Amino acid sequence: MRSDRQQSAPLALKIAAAAGLLFLHLPLLLIFVYAFTTEEKSYQWPPPGFTTQWFAVAWNRPDVWQALTLSVQVAAISTAIALVLGTLCAAAVSQTKFFGRETISLLVILPIALPGIITGIALRSAFNLAEIPFSFWTIILGHATFCVVVVYNNAVARFRRMSGSLIEASMDLGADGFQTFRHVILPNIGTALLAGGMLAFALSFDEVIVTTFTAGQQQTLPIWMLEELVRPRQRPVTNVVAMVVVLVTLLPILAAYYLTRDGDQIAGGGK
Amino acid sequence: MTEARLSTASNQMTIAVSFRQVSRHFGSVKAVDAVDLDIRPGEFFAMLGPSGSGKTTCLRLIAGFEQPTAGSIEIFGSQADGVPPYRRNVNTVFQDYALFPHLNVLDNVAYGPMVRGVGRAERASAAEEALRLVQLPGYGGRRPGQLSGGQRQRVALARALVNKPKVLLLDEPLGALDLKLRENMQEELKSLQKALGITFVFVTHDQGEALSMADRVAVFHEGRIRQIGTPQEIYERPRSRFVADFVGSSNVLPPDFVKLHGGQPRWASLRPEKIRIGNGEAGQGVAGSVLSRSFLGATNRVTVEADGLRLQIVTPAGQPLPDDGATVSLHWLPSDLHLMEGPQ
Repeated sequence: MRSDRQQSAPLALKIAAAAGLLFLHLPLLLIFVYAFTTEEKSYQWPPPGFTTQWFAVAWNRPDVWQALTLSVQVAAISTAIALVLGTLCAAAVSQTKFFGRETISLLVILPIALPGIITGIALRSAFNLAEIPFSFWTIILGHATFCVVVVYNNAVARFRRMSGSLIEASMDLGADGFQTFRHVILPNIGTALLAGGMLAFALSFDEVIVTTFTAGQQQTLPIWMLEELVRPRQRPVTNVVAMVVVLVTLLPILAAYYLTRDGDQIAGGGK
Repeated sequence: MTEARLSTASNQMTIAVSFRQVSRHFGSVKAVDAVDLDIRPGEFFAMLGPSGSGKTTCLRLIAGFEQPTAGSIEIFGSQADGVPPYRRNVNTVFQDYALFPHLNVLDNVAYGPMVRGVGRAERASAAEEALRLVQLPGYGGRRPGQLSGGQRQRVALARALVNKPKVLLLDEPLGALDLKLRENMQEELKSLQKALGITFVFVTHDQGEALSMADRVAVFHEGRIRQIGTPQEIYERPRSRFVADFVGSSNVLPPDFVKLHGGQPRWASLRPEKIRIGNGEAGQGVAGSVLSRSFLGATNRVTVEADGLRLQIVTPAGQPLPDDGATVSLHWLPSDLHLMEGPQ
């Protein structure tokens, strides 16, 4: 009965679905188009002409490189911290029972449920109170709060599907903790960690709100772009950089999507 | 007494696994409580009991997944306290088999040698050998997910045996298999154990399995061992009501009943096959009326009510059976009435 209905959707529904997708993705295309416009002061439609000169201009501007490098560094270190802490936390919550386990699970997830602005203000006040100067590392701390959640969520889901006796079996067969991690745990949660790590990297890479509260003079790429939009000259440079950001974030997210999808049968096969 | 025999035996040879007043308490829950236990080398030892009786915790104490809260455990003469599972010469076949899903069958079996640093070629041939032992030669390339339940069980067995453990622990090894497979596997485990001479300790809640496979059985109840003995001893001379009830469909007779029919006022057990059914003449045996009869193939089972008690009687097939509702007399030899210790 159901499969009969699945064969064809009404035309109106198809149009509505297409319109919805266009609404979501057309603005992205607009950004790409403006990266090639010859008009540098305002976004004029249709563009008066097309040029690739802005790629060269962007390439030669040191502030672009500084912002990009900072963003990549921050994202990489935050993700690394998140991978370690998120995995440990997920292992503790899913593999053992202890007092306050559910509370800890909730507290770990909370930063991503809270609006970024709250996290930002809270961190800024805390840094002020502790007299920690704003720096590269305060940005990383801010980003790590939500990166940990992403990794944790991915890892905990995979851990829950993994039979608990696998770890005991490994120990029973003579593997110590490190060997068990390397030969049993990592192969079983590896794809989940990769997916979580990529998502964390992408989140950190385009984060604005928490960054504005936790950064000193440093400009990450999204902050640089925000400032650049107010400037009257060389506007398409922003679009060129935006294109790069879209590609840099899109590819890992797509990869993460495919990796977690393929990983479905990996952990469940033990029983 | 069994204990006296055991202690003289322990002077002559090492004991495979010995528990001295071992307890494992989880908060107020006494999972294992002051257990004394000696498992002899090369023995097929069964831990029998209902769920929650402490048998699995005892197994985990031997494997090293749990540490005793009191008492001490020795494995082949060496103290096991504080020794982690990976430094014990003991391997486990898990209830859910716990095969590594990301490795193929050969790598699963070769896992133990691999973590001990045995070279690739050597461990592959050891694993092949172990697979042959459990009659799965040539299955090395498959994934655990492609195997049937019975095959997974054999792989789990091979993965444990390849390490040449001194003691093999089996946690409800046959629980997940269907009846036919279970019977085959029982015989196979038994002959494997004889051939290898390894001490097998297996946990089960199935009394038939324990009695048919084990050299000795320990009956667990509420964290304590209620009786240790050979299957015959346990079956014929249960020491308490619990053991009599759990181990077989024995008739458990209350003290009043025993006293009424000429015995001491104590709980007693009477095996169903030891009761003879007479023709109901007054003044002979115990009078009762037949409640039901059922055909069991080689035997018939008759339920008779006598003095408010329901008694099960098993008679060989071919003997004439009384009709439902008929008045009969029941006879047994005084020596078949087994008086039990304690009120339990």
